[in-house]
Amino acid sequence: MTAPRNLRLKLLDAAPLLLLAAVLLAFGAVSPRFLAPANLLQILVQASSLGIVAVGMTLVLLTGGVDLSAGSLMYLSAGVSGWLLLRGFPLPLALAAALATGVIAGLANGLLVSRVRLMPFVVTLATLYLWRGVGLNLTQTRAMNLPEGILRLAAARLAGVPAPVWILAGVLAGAHVVLTRTQFGRQIYAAGNDAAGARRAGVPVARILVAAYAASGLCAALSGLVAVAQLGAVSPTFGSQREFAAIAAAVLGGASLFGGRGTVFPGTLIGAVLIQAIENGLVVTGADPYLFPLITAAVIFAAVFLDSARRRNLENLHRRKVRGPAVQETSSP
Amino acid sequence: MTPLRLDRISKSFSEVPVLREVSLTVAPGEVLGIAGENGAGKSTLMNILGGVIAPDSGGMVLEGRAYAPRDPSEAGARGVSFVHQELNLFPNLTISENLFLTGFPRRRVLGLPLIDRRSAAQAARRLLDAVELPLSPDAPVERLSQGERQLVEVAKALHRDARVVIFDEPTTSLTANESARLFGIIERLQARGAAVLYISHALADVRRLAGRILILRDGEVAATGPAAEFTEERMISSMVGRPIGQLYPERRPLPSDAAPLLEARGLTHPGVLEDVGFTLYSGEVLGIAGLMGSGRSECARILFGLDPCERGEILLSGAPIQHLSPRERIRRGLAFLTENRRDDGLLMPAGVLANLALVEPRSSELEPVAARVGVRCANLDRQPVRQLSGGNQQKVALGKWLVSTPRVFLLDEPTRGIDVGARAEIYRIIAALAETGVGILMISSEIEELTGLCDRILVMRRGEIRGSIARPDFDREQILRVAL
Repeated sequence: MTAPRNLRLKLLDAAPLLLLAAVLLAFGAVSPRFLAPANLLQILVQASSLGIVAVGMTLVLLTGGVDLSAGSLMYLSAGVSGWLLLRGFPLPLALAAALATGVIAGLANGLLVSRVRLMPFVVTLATLYLWRGVGLNLTQTRAMNLPEGILRLAAARLAGVPAPVWILAGVLAGAHVVLTRTQFGRQIYAAGNDAAGARRAGVPVARILVAAYAASGLCAALSGLVAVAQLGAVSPTFGSQREFAAIAAAVLGGASLFGGRGTVFPGTLIGAVLIQAIENGLVVTGADPYLFPLITAAVIFAAVFLDSARRRNLENLHRRKVRGPAVQETSSP
Repeated sequence: MTPLRLDRISKSFSEVPVLREVSLTVAPGEVLGIAGENGAGKSTLMNILGGVIAPDSGGMVLEGRAYAPRDPSEAGARGVSFVHQELNLFPNLTISENLFLTGFPRRRVLGLPLIDRRSAAQAARRLLDAVELPLSPDAPVERLSQGERQLVEVAKALHRDARVVIFDEPTTSLTANESARLFGIIERLQARGAAVLYISHALADVRRLAGRILILRDGEVAATGPAAEFTEERMISSMVGRPIGQLYPERRPLPSDAAPLLEARGLTHPGVLEDVGFTLYSGEVLGIAGLMGSGRSECARILFGLDPCERGEILLSGAPIQHLSPRERIRRGLAFLTENRRDDGLLMPAGVLANLALVEPRSSELEPVAARVGVRCANLDRQPVRQLSGGNQQKVALGKWLVSTPRVFLLDEPTRGIDVGARAEIYRIIAALAETGVGILMISSEIEELTGLCDRILVMRRGEIRGSIARPDFDREQILRVAL
């Protein structure tokens, strides 16, 4: 391998961080208030809901699939908890029911993908409508204003850091340990790289798929709860299109849409913070609201561009056959 | 005790018998060499042994107990491990992760079964030492050469305390050096008392390694006995069921007034080629020998315009073509048979005719070309080439270029993974092309076939041409010495 190519790979690996740094500096230059510690913490708080659903999305992307139903599931789980709360059920029960909803819905996605062998895109596109439909029925398409108690959850602080950030940190730590330090985690990467090969190697691919979609469901539900706790209400459009923001966050952070590549930490975390920083920066600098969709388009384009650039570089790497000096070096113990 | 006995194993696929009452035994510390043409049933037999498919009838006994694995992991648990011809590695994972993918050493931390990275690294280190690969266990597999990956695959098979190790064409992507290492590993396995089944088209390797040889033909055992009783000729005639005549066709010496067709001058690309120059004459078969990674394939790719080349000239009948696209070079009469027919050469799900039409869709020519290269299949139009044997696939890959009547044909490993009968046919096609004045540049890892077919052989090493030998003076050892 030649040195420039090595450098290019390193640059591509560092691209999410460089992009984040550039965004922070750019908005900071326009509005000094943007870089104030309070606002930076605010960005983290705002990013926590997106970050949590993006972690689940990353797990699914790693298997080579996608979970388009995540946004609808945020809505359904939040709807379930709201429905229970408004009928006087205790808060812990409402929260547990919301999380259970997420897991069950995720399991359904996973079973359809792994056992019935339907395409993830199609399965989760269908359940995108299904979960929202069930949610709309449950809420009678009315916005629900939730009791004070749930708002207090989001406002709670531990060591000066708001609860949503702690929850995000917990989800990230859990997913990171599972992905990098457990056999199951490494098998996710194998299954995502080549499902048939993984099956031949004795990897329980079906179980991995089910687990990944269930985890994504759980993350979507948790993300929904965090967002609801921040907003205090569930509107009929709640969570709508969040799956795309989650995909963009994961891919910006280095996850491949073709499976087998990506990290939740630092990758997806950086992606989520990056997207939220842009949104926050546009608000803080008082940018024209009509600019927002254009910026979103640019972000998604950047994400896909990075993904394909990484893939091209890897392919070139695979093609390399002549042994240059660089390889001799790695050959020595 | 006999570790492995197969008793009258039969298997049919959609009522076509693939194996008929095949029986064999392998003793501890014995290497059983298995040879046979493609389609003789070797892979099916090995897949039954490895638990990938179940036999229709017959039984297996492993170390005194009945052996009927339901899946590869059960076979592994009984101590049967498999080195597949096709690598089953995950390039996005490290060497050590590939070795332990379904059996990491673990330790519990807070009740979680985490990977014990240190033990994994140590165990991986030992396995890599056993296959003499001086690489870090944490190196990502995507950084390894094809040969290094093959050795990692071997290390994977050594991982479990294997009682029976099956090697299926393990040397196809190994350099001579790496092959020698593999043979050392097999000898150590033997010494440890493991039973080894070694399948290969490289008959010389089979004879060298095996204590006993078994030849499969049309799903039956055609011959079996101590290796000493087998000459290569006897192996070949047992494989094809008839004496094969001459493997290499008679070649007439090149006329002294043959016109230069393709000239390379000072081709240089940093890290790939260094001042490569030669002339290929009309009607000549020019061989390129050299180890894998010596720049042979890269040279062909540059000549064909697939890879960039910083300096140098390529002349086709005197006209420079180095700035032209591959498409335009094809139009001017260049053809290129890639070393990887599965990925680069053919549309595997499509039929023979569709594949033959890939280069030039001249529909009237397709069936005559199919007949000319001797493709054997059930239906030229409908049978996907995926279902054809390697030899027939290669004939299709060759044939698609013949539709366009090339003047210069670049062949990269034209007989890789092909049985001896199909080989002879491909050699005849090559010789016949040369006879009509086509210039042929043939890259091969098998010095045997270069000396059998070529008028001249160039030897490459580290991107340079280090020697050129003409026909009467061919000397295997000399070629190898220059190549190493």
